Amino acid sequence: MTIQFLGKILKNPMVLASGILGNSHDILERVYENGCGLVTMKSIGPEPRDGHKNPTVIDLGHGMINAVGLPSPGYLNMENEWKDLEKRDFPLIASIYGGSVREYQMVAEFVSSKKPDFIEINISCPNSEKHGMIFGVNLQSSHDVVSAVKKVINVPLIVKLTPQALDIGDIARACEDAGANAICAINTVGPGMVIDIESKMPVLAFKKGGLSGPMIKPVAIRCVFDIYKAVNIPIIGLGGISTGKDAIEIIMAGASLVGIGSAVRYRGIDVFQKVTLEMETWLKGHDLSMEEIIGAAHREG
Amino acid sequence: MNNITDQKHIMLRVEEKYVENQTHATLFFNHALSFKPGQFIMVWIPGVDEKPYTISLHSKERFAITIEAKGIFSKKAIALNKGDLLGIRGPFGNGFDIKSEGKKAVVAGGCGMAPLAPLVEKLDKNTIFIHGARTKDHILYPDRFDMERLFCTDDGSFGHKGLVTDLLEEQITSGKHFDMVYTCGPEIMMYNVFKICETYNIPCQVSLERYMRCGFGVCGACVCGKQVVCKDGPVFGSVALREMKDFNTKALLKSGKDVALSQYFSWRCK
Repeated sequence: MTIQFLGKILKNPMVLASGILGNSHDILERVYENGCGLVTMKSIGPEPRDGHKNPTVIDLGHGMINAVGLPSPGYLNMENEWKDLEKRDFPLIASIYGGSVREYQMVAEFVSSKKPDFIEINISCPNSEKHGMIFGVNLQSSHDVVSAVKKVINVPLIVKLTPQALDIGDIARACEDAGANAICAINTVGPGMVIDIESKMPVLAFKKGGLSGPMIKPVAIRCVFDIYKAVNIPIIGLGGISTGKDAIEIIMAGASLVGIGSAVRYRGIDVFQKVTLEMETWLKGHDLSMEEIIGAAHREG
Repeated sequence: MNNITDQKHIMLRVEEKYVENQTHATLFFNHALSFKPGQFIMVWIPGVDEKPYTISLHSKERFAITIEAKGIFSKKAIALNKGDLLGIRGPFGNGFDIKSEGKKAVVAGGCGMAPLAPLVEKLDKNTIFIHGARTKDHILYPDRFDMERLFCTDDGSFGHKGLVTDLLEEQITSGKHFDMVYTCGPEIMMYNVFKICETYNIPCQVSLERYMRCGFGVCGACVCGKQVVCKDGPVFGSVALREMKDFNTKALLKSGKDVALSQYFSWRCK
């Protein structure tokens, strides 16, 4: 099920979402070997950051809530990892974040020199006081950060958006106008909160966190649908996708590639090959190709 | 698919506390836990932190964790008393592969005794059980098992003065044949046990420790080479260990930075 994406041939449309596993070359390689077409590193920040105290990730049965809090060695402290990744034989997205336009630019310029296949800017993380989401809910700041990053990198740029934007289609269009090559949507939903009634305390140490997993899929479908209407660049659709039918659904909403995150929890690290196989079976049974169904849900009548 | 309902967090009160020695205490809970020796739970002290702990005692209606006072969290945990509230998630991980056939050796170092204790109770009585600790006082559960134990201490205050690996190798060279060696303890010790097993062609299972967040294999905090310690492990057999280049060499800090194991452990014990 090979597919072309921004000039690269991918073995299938499956993408490992940022923040899932992505901590080292070896584990990214294993995800690739388990049937993932394109893998994303954990978001890289401007300085060393530990993330939040535990509890950081809680399963709620119908999905998860997390506030890991963007841990990163910092872009200048990853020499071993870059050395390993230079020798990779799989396509790679390097995800980055910053606390200001200047920081995004600084990290992006350096990361671009390490030759990932794509750079993704995370302007949508709900789990940090000053990073991420604050950029992705505002038209002007989305535009500013995308155009600033675009100037200093020489690989295609993906922008990861938050469903918390008032109109995610407008934000996506602002990113496209500023030079983004693709949109990735959605990041986690919320933030939400879970309180333990026995101790009378929020369970997450950061108190609030982003929701993921099956419970957010309808939000993801709606967002991708809105983005598809607003832009002409390709979309990586994700948010609660765990089966081949889920993947087909988000592709019909307008996604060209399909991200998987929390489903690694529910179906194992080989979820990528399982979902690919299920998609192939469905498409074959309906005598359809992947290309034919991208955005299929947009037809009227 | 996993049974996810068993892995949501639940709140429990400490039913009983047993002080093992100056640095170790065991907390008991009246709760039925579906469990396999070697698995672990995430233990949350509200307002403090959440850390992985192995189950050190298990019966139908009851289980226990044993805590070594080392860092901020464990010092708070060891100070908990009967009636105090904490949260657990799990059990997580694979647990030991328990072989019913053949002669087994169990090699425990220090607090590495905790995950091995429920395993030992499932093994036959002629298992060779080697147990090392810093001093006589640090030997956990001295009266718990009805099989013979070979002891060693760093200071010679009890049993052989020296290392568990001395005793293991002695057993092997004196003609004992083993079909499986189970071990848990400091990583350098487990690595040396593994090396001895490789030399004498004995399959081995070790229980690894890494900084953890989710406990169920998604966040990637605990990756060790290609393995996810919380999900694929914490118990790894010889085949996986042979390919695991980070075994006894590297681990990730909380930030995700990979560092030498010595640097990792000096951070973990803060």
